[in-house]
Amino acid sequence: MSVEALALKLPVEVRWHGRGGQGVVTASRLLAEAALKEGLFPQSLPDFGAERSGAPLMAYTRVGREHPQERGHVLEPQVVVVLDSTLLGRVKILEGLIQGGILVVNTSASCEALVDRLQLRDLLVCTVDATGIAMKLLGRNIPNSPVLGAFLRVVPIVPLGVMEETIKERLGLRMGAKVVQANLEALHQGYQRAQVRGVAWN
Amino acid sequence: MELKDWRSLPIGSVVTQPGSSAETETGSWRTSRPVIDFSQCTHCMICWIFCPDSAFTVEKGKLTGVDYDHCKGCAICVVECPKKCIVMVDEPRL
Amino acid sequence: MARQVRAGSVRIQARGNAVALSGGEAVAYAMRQIDPDVVAVYPITPQTVIVEAFSESVAEGKVGTEMIHVESEHAALSACIGAAAAGARAHTATSGPGLALMWEVLGVASGMRLPIVMHLCTRALSAPINIMCDHSDAMAMRDLGWVMLFGENPQEAYDQALIVQRVAEHRDVLLPSVNVIDGFTVTHSVEGVEVLPDEVVASFVGTYSPLYSLLDPQRRVTFGALDPNEYYYEHKRQQIEAMKNALPVVAATLQEFGELTGRHYNLVEEYRTEDAEVVLVVMGSTAGTVRIAVDNLREDGVRAGVVRVRCFRPFPAEEVAQALRRAKLVGVLDRSLSLGAPGSSLYLEVMAALSQRMLSPYLVNVVHGLGGRNTPVRIIKEAFSQLRLMGLEEQRREPILYLGVRE
Repeated sequence: MSVEALALKLPVEVRWHGRGGQGVVTASRLLAEAALKEGLFPQSLPDFGAERSGAPLMAYTRVGREHPQERGHVLEPQVVVVLDSTLLGRVKILEGLIQGGILVVNTSASCEALVDRLQLRDLLVCTVDATGIAMKLLGRNIPNSPVLGAFLRVVPIVPLGVMEETIKERLGLRMGAKVVQANLEALHQGYQRAQVRGVAWN
Repeated sequence: MELKDWRSLPIGSVVTQPGSSAETETGSWRTSRPVIDFSQCTHCMICWIFCPDSAFTVEKGKLTGVDYDHCKGCAICVVECPKKCIVMVDEPRL
Repeated sequence: MARQVRAGSVRIQARGNAVALSGGEAVAYAMRQIDPDVVAVYPITPQTVIVEAFSESVAEGKVGTEMIHVESEHAALSACIGAAAAGARAHTATSGPGLALMWEVLGVASGMRLPIVMHLCTRALSAPINIMCDHSDAMAMRDLGWVMLFGENPQEAYDQALIVQRVAEHRDVLLPSVNVIDGFTVTHSVEGVEVLPDEVVASFVGTYSPLYSLLDPQRRVTFGALDPNEYYYEHKRQQIEAMKNALPVVAATLQEFGELTGRHYNLVEEYRTEDAEVVLVVMGSTAGTVRIAVDNLREDGVRAGVVRVRCFRPFPAEEVAQALRRAKLVGVLDRSLSLGAPGSSLYLEVMAALSQRMLSPYLVNVVHGLGGRNTPVRIIKEAFSQLRLMGLEEQRREPILYLGVRE
């Protein structure tokens, strides 16, 4: 099934995995802000305590058509996003991910290799070499923009253009035009270079 | 002094009369009283400065006596007086 | 059409008037609009988001606030007390151990009848040290004379910040007031928050004219004088009256706010209670989760309902009892412990409210979420089924459930 044919059901619940400093919380927030612009009702919640740079952490995004009622951790996400593939063996990435759900992973490996290695079944799998893109465009392993691009390929709840606007505003608050531009380029490359395999989440 | 009920008091225990502490007579705390020997007093006002109860009375720059309604009998004035012209005299006792 | 909105220095895209703000940022947004004369704070997780966002407004000159960086929370509230006694509008914000360090001066603020506003981002008390949410901090201030409203989400964090300002300064009240929002779950949760235009907020909160001020040479007053046994009790009697007055003032302010914004809040908020046999009473961010559980249970034919307490101080005993008068089984969710007591704080107060009115549903204390323990819908549904079992005569046991703990 083509990605474009995905019939998206709302509300959608997303769990993000990454390490402190990789923009996990920012990615979750960017998705929420973009969804708000689309007239949807988002909620973005980081899940960390005393953790600092490098520590595995999570964030959650809920997007629906009504004001969110539930708060706290997302336990049964439809989408899991992994910003750092070194977490794959160390953190329970797949915990609670619903059958027929979506897994987005930042890895240079192919979808096939990932499916093989993790023994994945009944999922839509999306891989993108976000670290490669980030290293080339940003010079640092902050893979959130290309991962967001790949995410929107398989979970098109907001148009790419709206995400662009959101990135411009949010990153533009504290970063220079060059960095913002590089992130926009990274977003696009992530979207374009994402590999997708599996059956669509109905 | 008649005690007011809660409706008649300012809230927050705010005191709205400045200097109302003078209404509380602390003279009864005293077991001996300071007495000034005016024949030696130079009106230097050291006693007036040190008195923690503002109990020295003054008129036109001259010391006139002690306000025994408020003097607690602490005797700081006796210690501080450079002319040593204040002495403590026991209050009458049975 | 999207448009630009500013939260502190943060420029945010908005649709309608909805801005993407975390609960903490929403409070800071309200504080910028209120523009307090003095804000004295000491940063502590998870309250820090408020201080960070608000200090940007100060640095950029968007407010006239004198922001005082103090050496401790004890000093923060003390500075607010001094400022408020001088006639200033003063705010502070804190969490858990920070609130604990304020404890001595909490009663000073209320006893001196100073309408200070606090934003409390709830956090578990140590030990063991923990930075996540529960209500042990808030419950420890319950007897100290502050008006306390519990919010559920970032929107309410914003709305209540404006509401408590009005309640605190009402002449029939003049009590410090606290906007209680759950740490992380609300403070760090980014949602669309409908904000009011600056001028609407300015007119809603009005200007503050203090009853007494240290800086008024025409009406000289003494604050904080010794209050011996001849007077202390009378002054406490006045505080009892102020708290009584606060209940209708909170209700009226919520109503006025509802008319202004279309966001209608109440002292106590009921959900599907009209024919409910089993009801959970809840405060704070867990309320939405309980409503979802109730919807699920209703689909299975269970007559479940929710009573959410927004105003905890003063405690709306009559409203709570009214909301529960038809229920046969009532579980009271407490997110704190009252160690050694026959139940936690909210439970005991609900019990008192019912007992004073000769109502006696089967009443169970349901402790949950300590130290940030997550309370998902599944766990709440479990609580409902346990409650229904305990309601059966043969299943009666100590009426306390500890939800989500490993036994």
